[in-house]
Amino acid sequence: MASIMLKDVVKSYGKVRAVHGINLEIGHNEFVVLVGPSGCGKSTTLRMIAGLEDISGGEVLIGDRIVNDLPPRKRNISMVFQNYALYPHMSVRDNLGFGLKIAGQKPKVIAERVAEAADILGLSELLDRTPAELSGGQRQRVAMGRAIVRHPDAFLFDEPLSNLDAKLRGQMRAEIKKLHQTVRTTIVYVTHDQIEAMTLADRIVVMRGGHIEQVGTPMQVFNHPVNTFVAGFIGSPPMNQLPGHIEAGQVVLADQSRVPVPPRLAGKVREGQKVILGIRPDDISPQGHGLGMPEDAAQVATLDLRIALAEPLGMESLIYTTIAGQEVQAKLYGPRIVQPGEVLTFQVALARAHLFDAETTRSLEVL
Amino acid sequence: MTPFLLLLPAILTMLFVVALPLIFSFYTSMTSYRLTRPETIEDFIWFRNYIRLFENPDFWRAFLRTIVFLAIALNAELLLGLGIALLINKITWGQRTLRTIMMFPMMFSPILVGFQFKFIFNDNIGILNNALQSLGLTTQAIPWLVDAKLAMFSIIFAEVWMSTSVFAILLLAGLFAMPRDPIEAAKVDGCNSWQVFRHITLPFLMPFVFIAMTIRSLDVARAYDIVAIMTGGGPAGRTELLWTMIARVGYDNARMGQANAMAYLSTILSIAFTYYFYTKLVAARRYMGGAE
Ligand SMILES: Nc1ncnc2c1ncn2[C@@H]1O[C@H](COP(=O)(O)OP(=O)(O)OP(=O)(O)O)[C@@H](O)[C@H]1O
Ligand SMILES: [Mg+2]
Repeated sequence: MASIMLKDVVKSYGKVRAVHGINLEIGHNEFVVLVGPSGCGKSTTLRMIAGLEDISGGEVLIGDRIVNDLPPRKRNISMVFQNYALYPHMSVRDNLGFGLKIAGQKPKVIAERVAEAADILGLSELLDRTPAELSGGQRQRVAMGRAIVRHPDAFLFDEPLSNLDAKLRGQMRAEIKKLHQTVRTTIVYVTHDQIEAMTLADRIVVMRGGHIEQVGTPMQVFNHPVNTFVAGFIGSPPMNQLPGHIEAGQVVLADQSRVPVPPRLAGKVREGQKVILGIRPDDISPQGHGLGMPEDAAQVATLDLRIALAEPLGMESLIYTTIAGQEVQAKLYGPRIVQPGEVLTFQVALARAHLFDAETTRSLEVL
Repeated sequence: MTPFLLLLPAILTMLFVVALPLIFSFYTSMTSYRLTRPETIEDFIWFRNYIRLFENPDFWRAFLRTIVFLAIALNAELLLGLGIALLINKITWGQRTLRTIMMFPMMFSPILVGFQFKFIFNDNIGILNNALQSLGLTTQAIPWLVDAKLAMFSIIFAEVWMSTSVFAILLLAGLFAMPRDPIEAAKVDGCNSWQVFRHITLPFLMPFVFIAMTIRSLDVARAYDIVAIMTGGGPAGRTELLWTMIARVGYDNARMGQANAMAYLSTILSIAFTYYFYTKLVAARRYMGGAE
């Protein structure tokens, strides 16, 4: 059990900078998820914590030790790799027990801990197979078992589920969550899948281009994105972003149509300011088919929109329409089937709408 | 019928190139065939050639010497080749050039290598003795190719010089093909560099070791050239290996029947080595299938 702290951590590959001085504090037993698009430096950051990459600048602390110059074996961490990285020439049993054997544990202790881990992960039947004889999901579980038998100070996961099919991924996600609740250890988890980030994390760290964009609980990041990037990255389908400018307490969109400024942001806008109006698909719904629309009429805007396409998903439908000449996604809750071309009255939940400054892309909420 | 027809050319080729010579030589190994008296090829004497060999202490000495020679040469080549491969794998600059340079020894004809070392090790005019004496490390000429032990050493040295690169190149290929993940996993699992090598890298390289061993145990018979040139099996049979003995008995003494019997035994020896390494290779490859 240990906290992890990154202080101004920089990683350069020659002249190329992959990580630009990031600061992050991860508490005891906290589950932190690093999320971001491909190439944003998530793996690099994780590998610096693990000791698999040199740290070009700044400090990494595990517990209260600065570990910059410690090799991986002295950091007492476990890592689960995207490609499992099992030892192909060893049985599942030996794969699980390898770390303990290297640490010089007694065979009896090793056998006990391996049995315990195999039990948690449902691997007991497979102990005598080699990795070549396992399915992808089973290999993934062995990789996780190998990480937990050592009772490390922290677990590091680098996209552990990305090679699995959707169903298995869902199952393993739940297992990882359960695992964290049983073993109670600090976890740093890298993914580019925002659903994994939302469901697993105590706190999410959104990264882009080697910088941290936002750190917060899943709900904070979802409800209060600090900029348009985070707004677009977290949430599925992504938030609709409509450019416009402020005029007399209203947002004037590209086609001169007007939407009132959300009341909670009224004091934060300047006349004439160029802004981006952000609305999640869940907050645009045909009248009577919304979910949690505010009661207060001042918090709701009404628009007539023509439906371009509807994708029924069972009890809800994803609707494609246009606002101010831009394609927008909306949600319809309930079993109603709509046809392309229909014009419906939509409600927009202004209470949950966002405004971003068009130049800085930053949310007006935080200013 | 068609499959058979299509295979016919291959079958015929095998028949003429492999099977017939094999049967013919096996037959002659059971005759008292002498090159100087062709009619003796019809003198069938069953296994008397073999029995005579088993009773001949010179043959057994050569046989044992051959096994020792193989064991030392192959192991030395393996260790040196592994060392070279690991070193070259470490460096990032000039790797291509070094790889090419490493192959030079393989490019020479074994006969040239034999001559080269014959002159290096020559006790009167050899550069090795010359160098040792100039440096004042020794005052007398060391009889590299005359003393039984030293001569064996010199031959093994030449053989190792020529063939280490086979191991080095195959093992280097193995290192290049090695996935990085298990190594990193092992580091995180607590291994130091030696433990990573011992528990991860080496097992991964074993199939490549066995491939190299299989190839080498197939072509060690080439060492005939080196031995023949450097010492000719002499002096007084002190570096006699099976192959020089076969050549001497068969061509110098013209006793082809006897020589063929020996050649058969040496072939069986070679097959035994090859078979052993091949089974090891197959076993090692089975689990490596799941490397990813
Ligand atoms: N060995 C290297 N040499 C040079 N540049 C590298 C090296 N490794 C990574 N990079 C660069 O560093 C940046 C961050 O890479 P990193 O692997 O951390 O991305 P990531 O966020 O994990 O992406 P992904 O989701 O695709 O795994 C990338 O732009 C990448 O090109
Ligand atoms: Mg990555």
